[in-house]
Amino acid sequence: MKYAGKKLVSMLVTLLIVSFLVFFAFAVIPGDAAVSKLGTQATPERIAALRAEMGLDRPFFVRYGDWLFSALRGDFGKSYSYGDSVSALIAQKLPITFALTLLSFLIMLVCAIPLGIYTAKHEGGMLDRIIMVVNQVIMAIPPFFSGIMITYLFGLILKWFQPGSFVSYTVSVGRFFHYLLFPAVAIAIPKAAMTVKLLRSSLLQEAKKDYVRTAYSKGNRTNGVLYRHVLKNAMIPVITFLAMTFTDMIAGSVIMEQVFSVAGMGRLLISSISSRDYPVVEAIIILLALIVVLANFAADLLCRVLDPRIRREV
Amino acid sequence: MEKRKKRNAGFIAGCVITGIMLTLTVIGFFYTPYDPEAMSAADKLAGISPRHIMGCDNFGRDIFSRVLKGAQTTLIVAGGTVLIGTVFGVLIGAFTGYFGGLLDEGLMRVMDALFAFPSLLLALVFVSLFGSGTYQVILALGIAFIPSFSRIVRSEYLRCRNLDYVKSARLAGASHLRIMFVHILPNIYTVLLSSIMIGFNNAVLAEAGLTYLSIGVQPPDASLGEMLSNAQTYLFSAPWYALGPGITMVLLILGFSLMAEGMKR
Amino acid sequence: MKKTIFLSVLLTLTIALSACSGDKADDSSKLDESSITIGIPQDIEDSLDPHKAVAAGTEEILFNIFEGLVKPDSDGNLVPAVASDYKIEDEGKTYTFYLREGIKFHDGTPVTVEDIKYSIERCADTSGEGTLLVSAFSNIESVEIVDEKTVSIHLNNADTDFLSELTSAVIPAWNEDPAGNPIGTGPYRYVSRVVQDSMQLQKFEEYWGTPANITNVTLKVIADSDMIVTNLKSGAIDMFCRISTDQANELAGTDFDVYEGTMNLVQAMYLNNAFEPFSDVRVRQALCYAVDPQAILDLAFDGKGTIIGSSMFPAFGKYYMPELSGAYAHDVEKAKALLAEAGYADGFSFAITVPSNYQQHVDTAQVIVEQLKEINVDASINLVEWETWVNDAYVGRQFEATVVGVDASTLSARALLERFNSDNSKNFINFNSAAYDEAYGAALVSTDDAEQTGYYKTCEQILSDEAANVYIQDMASLVALNNRYGGYVFYPMYVQDFAKLYLK
Repeated sequence: MKYAGKKLVSMLVTLLIVSFLVFFAFAVIPGDAAVSKLGTQATPERIAALRAEMGLDRPFFVRYGDWLFSALRGDFGKSYSYGDSVSALIAQKLPITFALTLLSFLIMLVCAIPLGIYTAKHEGGMLDRIIMVVNQVIMAIPPFFSGIMITYLFGLILKWFQPGSFVSYTVSVGRFFHYLLFPAVAIAIPKAAMTVKLLRSSLLQEAKKDYVRTAYSKGNRTNGVLYRHVLKNAMIPVITFLAMTFTDMIAGSVIMEQVFSVAGMGRLLISSISSRDYPVVEAIIILLALIVVLANFAADLLCRVLDPRIRREV
Repeated sequence: MEKRKKRNAGFIAGCVITGIMLTLTVIGFFYTPYDPEAMSAADKLAGISPRHIMGCDNFGRDIFSRVLKGAQTTLIVAGGTVLIGTVFGVLIGAFTGYFGGLLDEGLMRVMDALFAFPSLLLALVFVSLFGSGTYQVILALGIAFIPSFSRIVRSEYLRCRNLDYVKSARLAGASHLRIMFVHILPNIYTVLLSSIMIGFNNAVLAEAGLTYLSIGVQPPDASLGEMLSNAQTYLFSAPWYALGPGITMVLLILGFSLMAEGMKR
Repeated sequence: MKKTIFLSVLLTLTIALSACSGDKADDSSKLDESSITIGIPQDIEDSLDPHKAVAAGTEEILFNIFEGLVKPDSDGNLVPAVASDYKIEDEGKTYTFYLREGIKFHDGTPVTVEDIKYSIERCADTSGEGTLLVSAFSNIESVEIVDEKTVSIHLNNADTDFLSELTSAVIPAWNEDPAGNPIGTGPYRYVSRVVQDSMQLQKFEEYWGTPANITNVTLKVIADSDMIVTNLKSGAIDMFCRISTDQANELAGTDFDVYEGTMNLVQAMYLNNAFEPFSDVRVRQALCYAVDPQAILDLAFDGKGTIIGSSMFPAFGKYYMPELSGAYAHDVEKAKALLAEAGYADGFSFAITVPSNYQQHVDTAQVIVEQLKEINVDASINLVEWETWVNDAYVGRQFEATVVGVDASTLSARALLERFNSDNSKNFINFNSAAYDEAYGAALVSTDDAEQTGYYKTCEQILSDEAANVYIQDMASLVALNNRYGGYVFYPMYVQDFAKLYLK
């Protein structure tokens, strides 16, 4: 109970830091929502008038305090670009990005865990070496490039999907997931490559430890030792990595949303940063931070379950 | 015996690839076959030929010369980024993981905040504070890399701090700093090495990503990522444009990771 | 064991893939007989309120939804729209408009003279509480409702060019949320939008004029310019405006027709005239001699585009002076001599600020940097985000040189020449010439068309003589349209007319 309370407080602290950092960032970078809205029609008079209308002429701390106070009551304000309430905008976009991330994460796990175990078990074997080289090459390809290759291959040559005709889940759930499968694969592949590599090296390191040698010498069968002891211990750094990967995927889905024309949260974030629509950016980043904190929390918890030595410290 | 040989083969291959790449990069400082910025309408998107061994880009610039220059930029950016990420990541990870408590709590919250902070916004802040350029990019990317490094290192320290060898070192009267950096650090170096490799890899890609958002290297300077992102438009009409920088990028990363794999054992 | 894992992974993926490709037939629903999907490079982020929209990309779409008292046609003439006829009196001091019989808003309510008065006063800010939304409207003294079919606009000063400003949209006075619920009189009505994804327009059945041919228009945001060709080829979009020459080349041999028109922009390397050494006319002239627009067209635009020599492009017909395009024929020696004369024999260095989202301007700047090396001028490129460009370079005037394209918001020469008046708030290059101010002032008050055109030409001549900027070109505009459709029409300004498109 005390643990949960402590975690809750630390979570709020993180969110507070994040919200301030974002506000600060918008104070530093050139331009604001008024300038962005006016574009080349901007004249000092029109900017001043629009700033007053938007409340952007108030001092930094007044604006931040105002925003914070509203946010604490659950009101994240209105988007400057679209006029809609920020909560409504996010409610519309979050399911898309979340579905995409979850799908990528699942694809990644399904590919990476068996391959990681296989390559570690058959270290130095022909297949292991081939997989490691392929892995290495995949990791060296920039995500935007692999995204484009996937659209070409599956979209234009094999015609398994139609690039650019994303359908929202509100229209058709089937077509929504069908379309998302391809950006999900594009996101999952490089992450899977990294996970395989990390899991393999973690397993190999663990396998060299004394307790494993002892277990072997006692006549335990390879699979038993591997799955019961080695995997459990080797998973600790991997889980930390996976938690980061999950959050990374949410933030990193931006590029794939761009390449595959998926109108999700990442796209909204990027466009809102460039139109200086800070209420939207604040809300999205706070949401991202929340997911980061929760994912890390989940990872911590899992590590504690797997490794009693860490648990004792709590 | 047989196994050791195989491992060495990987290590040697890695060294050879990295050696060749580094040599080419160093040569690029002093000599390139053509001026990497000289344009020629006649050579626009010219194919691979004895005169232009990697072909020409959309301005008729020699791609091989640009790859030589671009590899330098990419190496400097990726190296600098990983250095910043590793040094600060290890320091923060070590202290928070080893001591825990309030320090751990506080620093990790800042790390979480930083992690959730979009790198685009971070890069924009740096560019507006310090102007755009290679060093600003290194700084922005480096800072963005700290949270992931520190998290991995922290979890390792968390795991190691109660192991027997640490306990006995403590009993023997070793100072905390000594335990942290002399006793524990060498024991987690495999994990660290993997993280550095992945970090190097990610930094190369992140630089390409920033270029994609036009914050990275400024044209007409070249970087591998910038060339690759420009090459996309010509993937069908001039596939060699992507081929040269693409292969160079893959070899660069491949060489380094083979070397790291070899060193681990 | 290992095989089982492998097989199960493979199996899962195969099932997932095949299960999903099962409902592929659904995709054909978009082949509905009269619908078209048009790709747009960014979502509308300024406003759907026609008086508050400022981005060229927004205005060209809103053209289909809203109309002013008059509207431009594809030949560059102003034709009556919400007004069926008009009369200019007192040498351009009074404009009288007659409301079109039976014209309705998209919701079916008739347009009234009150709506016209409201729309004009909203932009003119006659109450003094809001903001002046159309700068030329500051000249409006009053808007008078003569009878229920007639409205007169009284100006403070005579202005024969004022009609071109009255393309400003007429919107219903009773609409409390013009941005969220846009209602106009155009051939298409707004149906719905999904932020960052798409917008739906539908043919307005009670349109007063020639109705649109295609019933449903979907505007789809394609944020990644590298995916335009892929999305065209896959059939997800049927049309995309302003593709690059490289993209047009990639479309060769597919189902797409590429239409070529002009962009109607003045692309130039704009020089901050207040920045030392650009404050010296000889330095500016030297740059003009050193930069070779033809080479830029050849290297970056496949030779397409019209070389221009002043702030005016060919679509403006009578104002355009083709002879100015040859004023500074490429001449490196002359450039060097001018630099030496100005005291920069060894050259100097400066930065070209370029908004990074415009690849064509980035490409142009790269060629310029290379060309300036010939006269020992060391130019560097500073890519910035568009918003940063607007804030720092355009509004803040903190730049040395910048490559951009400047468009005209109305069909009047004023739209392009006004900004170079020394005290104009949009004079971002800090151009300062007494002769120019005088000629421009004379053009404004002139009520004789020929005389006025003469003054505008004098302005253009001065911009050229003074080498205010390094003028490059009016870029070619390439439009990709699936060959199932026809009827794409170019306008002399930033307009996309969807109503003329038809299904073959």
